[in-house]
Amino acid sequence: MAGENVLQVTDADFDPQVIKADLPTLVDFWAPWCGPCKAIAPVVNELAAEYAGRVKMCKMNVDENPATPGKYGIRAIPTLILFKGGKVVDQIVGAVGKTQLIALIGKAL
Amino acid sequence: MASSNYQLVIIGGGPAGLAAGLYAARARLNVILLEKGIPGGQVLVTDWIDNYPGFPEGIAGFELIERMTEQVKRFGLEIQNVEVLHLDLSKPVKTILLEGGDTITCQALIIATGARPNQLGVPGETDLTGKGISYCATCDAPFFRDQEITVVGGGDTAIQEAIYLTKFARLVTVIHRRDALRATRVIQEKAFANDRIKFLWNSEVTRIFGKGGVEGVEVRDTQGKLSIIPVQGVFIFIGIKPNNSFVPKEEIETDHWGFIVTDSEMQTKTIGVMAAGDIRSKKIRQVVTAVGEGAIATLSAEEYLNRL
Repeated sequence: MAGENVLQVTDADFDPQVIKADLPTLVDFWAPWCGPCKAIAPVVNELAAEYAGRVKMCKMNVDENPATPGKYGIRAIPTLILFKGGKVVDQIVGAVGKTQLIALIGKAL
Repeated sequence: MASSNYQLVIIGGGPAGLAAGLYAARARLNVILLEKGIPGGQVLVTDWIDNYPGFPEGIAGFELIERMTEQVKRFGLEIQNVEVLHLDLSKPVKTILLEGGDTITCQALIIATGARPNQLGVPGETDLTGKGISYCATCDAPFFRDQEITVVGGGDTAIQEAIYLTKFARLVTVIHRRDALRATRVIQEKAFANDRIKFLWNSEVTRIFGKGGVEGVEVRDTQGKLSIIPVQGVFIFIGIKPNNSFVPKEEIETDHWGFIVTDSEMQTKTIGVMAAGDIRSKKIRQVVTAVGEGAIATLSAEEYLNRL
């Protein structure tokens, strides 16, 4: 489901790809059974292209990667968490529109 | 701040708004649809729809909306992702104030902003939403595999979702304020026959607690006795409330709960302003009724525009 600017991350590479990332990083936690996740995916892809080089966009399949969602207390998807310098800046639960995601990303820029 | 003018503005991109938009785009009206999130509304979080005609096998809520959106785009409907903050309906030309300060003016307006789930309004609810508290079983149920959870409510949605949740959770305790369910009889029978569903009657949730995630709920029975139920999840289905924060109550008549009153042509008390779908004051709220009302609203708006 990832667009070319969106990186699929896993429990195994979450630390190097997200926690130790140089750029602010938005992680979209999703699963194949989740309709709202499918609805939000094209918006995340668009933003990935628009913010290329400024914000890193990642997706994590929560069915295949249980450890990271567990660590961040995720029990609803889509959940989008914004990281900067390894720390959580803010998060959004639910399928929101592009303007709300831009507002979220703005908190790390 | 920028301002633009349209013949017709539709607020809300659920089934009612998309149907209104389909009719308006096909009528070649100068029209825009404003949606604050992603088109779809409550259907987007509905797992499966078996009562929308034309889909003999049923259809996923997400897919139905995807098809409706594709259809309006085929006829060139303009959709903008923006939230409406306020309406000025005091003049024949209506003014819509958007987040960010831009305005849109229009001759005719259709309000189709729908409704959202009611909250319990108890301590812990806001903080733990998404961390064990949910208003959408199909979105979040798989996180509760082999766990113990509660469902709050006694209507059709609550009991249907409780049954669905037993596919994942080990035990579902339904907490209901009364001593009997309001849900349709067939749904009740299914729930009573399910040994993974337990009922706690005459009880209200007074608090939800947990560190970083739900650990339990505090419940008070009609005698005032408090008890604690340790659970990892709380699913709340206690009805809906209208998305009407931007609707001026002086100019648009609403009922006791804030739903908009219209005539059978979807016309509100303010001429040129229609309402369609779940935001309307009415008894039946279905996808199939919402789309019908959306179509009627646009046809009424068109008639109004022709008289100008």
